[in-house]
Amino acid sequence: MLKRSLILETGDVFNGTAFGSKKASEGEVVFTTGMTGYQETLSDPSYCGQIVTMTYPLIGNYGINRDDFESIEPAIKGMIVRELAETPSNFRSDITLNDLFQLKNIPGIEGIDTRKLTRIIREFGSVKGVLTAAGEEIKVEDTIRKLKETTFPTNQVEQVSTKRPYPSPGRGKRVVLVDFGMKHGILRELNNRDCDVVVMPYNTTAEEIMAIYPDGIMLSNGPGDPKDVPEAIKMIENLIGKIPIFGICLGHQLFALASGGDTFKLKFGHRGANHPVKDLETGRVEITSQNHGYAVDPESLIGTRLQVTHTALNDGTVEGLKHLDVPAFTVQYHPEASPGPEDSNHLFDRFIELMHDNANVKGEKQHA
Amino acid sequence: MPKRHDIQTILVIGSGPIVIGQAAEFDYAGTQACLALKEEGYRVILINSNPATIMTDTEIADKVYIEPITLEFVSRILRKERPDALLPTLGGQTGLNMAIELDESGILKELNVEILGTKLEAIHKAEDRDLFRTLMNELNEPVPESDIIHNLQEAQAFVERIGYPVIVRPAFTLGGTGGGICHNDEELLETVTSGLKYSPVTQCLLEKSIAGLKEIEYEVMRDSNDNAIVVCNMENIDPVGIHTGDSIVVAPSQTLSDREYQMLRNVSLKIIRALKIEGGCNVQLALDPYSFNYYIIEVNPRVSRSSALASKATGYPIAKLAAKIAVGLTLDEMMNPVTGKTYACFEPALDYVVTKIPRWPFDKFESAKRNLGTQMKATGEVMAIGRTFEESILKAVRSLETGHIHLELKNADDMSNEWIEKRIRRAGDERLFFIGEGLRRGVSIDTIHEWSQIDLFFLNKLQNIVKYEEVLAANPFEYEVARKAKRMGFADGTLAELWNSEELVVYNWRKENHLIPVYKMVDTCAAEFESETPYFYGTYEDENESIRTDKESVIVLGSGPIRIGQGVEFDYATVHSVWAIKEAGYEAIIINSNPETVSTDFSISDKLYFEPLTIEDVMHIVDLEQPKGVVVQFGGQTAINLAAKLQERGVQILGTSLEDLDRAENRDKFEQALHEIGIPQPMGKTAVSSEEAVVIGNEIGYPVLVRPSYVLGGRAMEIVYNQEELAHYMEFAVQASPEHPVLVDRYLTGTEIEVDAISDGLNVCIPGIMEHIERAGVHSGDSIAVYPPQNLSTEHIDQLIDYTTRLAKGLNIIGLLNIQYVISKGKVYVIEVNPRSSRTVPFLSKITNIPMAKIATKAILGQSLPSQGIPLGLAPSPRGVYVKVPVFSFAKLRRVDITLGPEMKSTGEVMGKDMTLEKALYKGLVAAGMQIQDHGSVLMTVSNKDKQEAISIARRFTSIGYHILATEGTAATLKEAGIPVSTVGKIGEEGKTLLDVIQKGEAQLVINTLTKGKQPASDGFRIRRESVENGVPCLTSLDTAEAMLRVIESMTFQAEEMPQQGVLT
Repeated sequence: MLKRSLILETGDVFNGTAFGSKKASEGEVVFTTGMTGYQETLSDPSYCGQIVTMTYPLIGNYGINRDDFESIEPAIKGMIVRELAETPSNFRSDITLNDLFQLKNIPGIEGIDTRKLTRIIREFGSVKGVLTAAGEEIKVEDTIRKLKETTFPTNQVEQVSTKRPYPSPGRGKRVVLVDFGMKHGILRELNNRDCDVVVMPYNTTAEEIMAIYPDGIMLSNGPGDPKDVPEAIKMIENLIGKIPIFGICLGHQLFALASGGDTFKLKFGHRGANHPVKDLETGRVEITSQNHGYAVDPESLIGTRLQVTHTALNDGTVEGLKHLDVPAFTVQYHPEASPGPEDSNHLFDRFIELMHDNANVKGEKQHA
Repeated sequence: MPKRHDIQTILVIGSGPIVIGQAAEFDYAGTQACLALKEEGYRVILINSNPATIMTDTEIADKVYIEPITLEFVSRILRKERPDALLPTLGGQTGLNMAIELDESGILKELNVEILGTKLEAIHKAEDRDLFRTLMNELNEPVPESDIIHNLQEAQAFVERIGYPVIVRPAFTLGGTGGGICHNDEELLETVTSGLKYSPVTQCLLEKSIAGLKEIEYEVMRDSNDNAIVVCNMENIDPVGIHTGDSIVVAPSQTLSDREYQMLRNVSLKIIRALKIEGGCNVQLALDPYSFNYYIIEVNPRVSRSSALASKATGYPIAKLAAKIAVGLTLDEMMNPVTGKTYACFEPALDYVVTKIPRWPFDKFESAKRNLGTQMKATGEVMAIGRTFEESILKAVRSLETGHIHLELKNADDMSNEWIEKRIRRAGDERLFFIGEGLRRGVSIDTIHEWSQIDLFFLNKLQNIVKYEEVLAANPFEYEVARKAKRMGFADGTLAELWNSEELVVYNWRKENHLIPVYKMVDTCAAEFESETPYFYGTYEDENESIRTDKESVIVLGSGPIRIGQGVEFDYATVHSVWAIKEAGYEAIIINSNPETVSTDFSISDKLYFEPLTIEDVMHIVDLEQPKGVVVQFGGQTAINLAAKLQERGVQILGTSLEDLDRAENRDKFEQALHEIGIPQPMGKTAVSSEEAVVIGNEIGYPVLVRPSYVLGGRAMEIVYNQEELAHYMEFAVQASPEHPVLVDRYLTGTEIEVDAISDGLNVCIPGIMEHIERAGVHSGDSIAVYPPQNLSTEHIDQLIDYTTRLAKGLNIIGLLNIQYVISKGKVYVIEVNPRSSRTVPFLSKITNIPMAKIATKAILGQSLPSQGIPLGLAPSPRGVYVKVPVFSFAKLRRVDITLGPEMKSTGEVMGKDMTLEKALYKGLVAAGMQIQDHGSVLMTVSNKDKQEAISIARRFTSIGYHILATEGTAATLKEAGIPVSTVGKIGEEGKTLLDVIQKGEAQLVINTLTKGKQPASDGFRIRRESVENGVPCLTSLDTAEAMLRVIESMTFQAEEMPQQGVLT
């Protein structure tokens, strides 16, 4: 067992044991409070460029199975756990988490006080950090200095989005799913509803999308700052009003920007499977799965045609929007869950209905 | 939705006495609920028959009724108080069943009382097996194949269809009373027969056994606006087949992937929505370890033992919020009391592992069947928190106070491999330790999995622990090795054993090397939000979050798990002590390991440490907090036992000093002290051999009370009446030796008196004197106590006051003391002095309105009784008569002899109060669950020495119209005395025997003082067990019988003919 350290720009150093890849890695250190779902988390492309701290101390208990990946190639820069399970136990387990990290060349660290780390992130905000190479002595001062100077790449969406369009055929509504770093769960939910899905790259233009005659547009989740993908904002601007839109997470933020709103960076983000969201129309609360570091600024919506439909119960941040004039709605959280609660799964049905209604309206217009 | 303004007064029904299956968790839930309702501005009326609870303190509700929870008495209170509404879902199964009974009687409708929270219709749907199955079918949710049966024939028909094994679950019973798994016809006959008897609706569910599947529980909440959340999920280490109350449980689940977790979460929420639960609810599920197939086991539509555990495991106060939901508030408008900054409508995230281990009473009941099944047997439980599973379970093990500090058995070397296998295959209280031993002997985890069905995940972790013993043994006093061991939860005692060292040496070595625990906060949110809740657990990590404040602090040690002899009474005193410490201006810190209690509610103390009550764990907290001192006298024997070790380590014991504690508890020193003070005690001596015992016995005269000097709590104590019995006892019950002497005391027949007092060292206050109904020889915890005494002369009372005052001063008591006296042939003797809080403290505090634990705590902190304004001497008695009646859980414990004797057997108590002794006794007996009939038959079988006394009892029964049934010997005596009696055959005789009488319900009462002894073979034992199993009250003391007779006499009228008169001439 080789030693490895986690060094933060704050100057904090955690000494633990290495697992997975031996290489060093740097990224934004964040935490998630989900107690299950580490496999979905590590393969969620929204974590691109980030080193993820699991606040639950025992990780890897049920192993890694072939089913629960949210992408084929994990995009995280590393994982931090209190204790890594050596011998998982679950009927679906194929390999261990350690095996996967070695296979995918991702470094991890175990054995550190993850609660202390979480409290640092909570106080300081998302923080830059380095996972040192396994077994290598390192000059802490130098590392911290370099870390402070480092700016991380801002092209995470480009890194994780598909390079070319591909179909996931069905017999129902045709949906263009714009991939900003899409979780497989979104595709799965659309396919479950028999949608005829075409997944397209993040930098596809509105014209290219309209050229395949979709019934609706699904804007996926994805990593990073929405302002780093101006081409997508432009694309969405040109789609609003033409066709029903449903946006999730980064898709939601991009939709807000395209409609004249603004976004800002949260101190340490919302990451976990226990976030209460209030539906302002029904007054009901759903427990949602969340993973985002940015949020829509409600002040910025004044004067736009967007209405806030959902808010986070705890900090009041914007969790859902709808367009007042045209069929388009978005949520900041993850109705596809995986991992996390499935309370909001019905939103996909709503999207299907919206496409139906829109088709009827169009039909009436054409025949009027 | 805003809270309801159309109701003002709410009646809350408590859960009654502590019995197996219903313990202190409902005091915790009820207290929270009452306070929550008061906080919202409602007027709260509480009814509970259990005086040992915090919830029956008059501060908790606006009006408190300590009355029997029966239709008769609750109806009376309803008529008197006319509440607008009733909240039944916080008083366990008792509260729920009472609400159903009230509803069915029509009184709720008549008085226009609304049921708050979950509606009765939903409760019926969840509790009635048939309705529940129908609902599950409608929801398309799987339940194991099952059938409702009303008689044995239907049960046999079901088995023919499904095959064995099947599970029998009687309807509407708590803790699965009367149920079990049946593998063959014989077991089916036995279990179904008893199950039908225990079910108030004579109904059992027979279901296909799904034993071996993973057992998973979800604690869920829902409000009237249909918001529904999961507070916590839990995984039973013991697979399906063992009652969840008897299972070792971890939170959160450890072996479920997110898909399995969410699948079962969805099911749980779907069910509570379909049931329209408003409040808390528990859903138990069985999950196939090899597929996504699952079954719903059951739903508890109320706050339960599991919800208390979930509350302590997460910090999320379920009962408090459930009460508020019941009055219309919704989850999204209530704050999470832990963070104070976020809302209650969320799902707690844990960043630690919680383990619960049940505490069973088999140390007291050695003859009981120790195997575990669907009927719960545990009296209490412990919980421990750690950052690894290993740490969590090992901390829980040493919290149990069963002598284990590790996965180790005593005398393991003497055990064969076959025995180990047997005890792993058949689940029992010590299975965890047998698994440890099996692993140590090299049995593979796959084999143990095959034997036990326990998931490999847990077995792997247990193997980690066992394997690490070798690493430790090979590396004594190596920092890195020790650090890893401590992070795995190893106790210093275990390290010392492996290193051939001493616990204290290990402790000091660790401190020198800064290998000490830090304290992390339980905050419901895994540190995502800042919170200020002072609820901590210890673990070996980097960052400590528990910061010592500038305020001077006092640590109070709690009493650990609920067990026979140490019940909720000690938690009551602990909580009062904490309150007094706060009032006195100190920071009050509590350490305890019991998740069921009020004391481990984080809102009670200034700081709560949820830690094992061992010297190591307590000392680390003392080191950190540097308190003024530690209070040990409220936490029962648990805390007292730590006093010496604490003092050795330089900790100030507040209150009665260690030397004086020892003077009261050490026999020789006590004798010496009594001699000095000049108070008589029964003659007695110490024997180190059988021969010597016999000599002593002959010298002081029979009967004598014999007991080993090294066992506490009345274990192995016996009264023997002649030399033969004494010799038998010395040969079979104890092994006398100079190291383990046996105490032989003159057994004085007479009235037993119990006194509780408070002393500041100079002044003594005696809140009350209690007289026992049963003569000396029955453990005081099992006796009916009467306040004020009914048969004492003024001289005796004065003498008791004088003795008590002299004892308190002479023993330098500062705080509480409890004294037991016997008055024999007009003379008062001291039997024992307990220099600590006793079982009767809450009872007396409530009657006399003298908050004894609070006053004692302030005395401990230096405020004299006069300065507190406390009157000295015996406090005046309030009007009325008060009785404390013990409650037993014999129905749950097969093969336990119910005969009352010097060993305590009761699990709880109730109080009866009224203007006369008879009325108070009636209430007490009824509240304790006895049916009192004003006519019927009484079956008497008494031992020879009791025959004369039995005559007068029989005569009185006859004169009120009772029919007497008796076995030959007793019948002969009674006939001779001219009492009409029907003779029934003894066990094994031809024709109708007394067992038939009991089984057929032909006797309403059994009085049996026959052949004591623990051999299940004896006739007396059979009779007593048969009575218990058939729900017939069985009295084993003629004193109790006499008391019950008085009650019946007072309820009825004599049936005596006119006296024959001579014809006038």
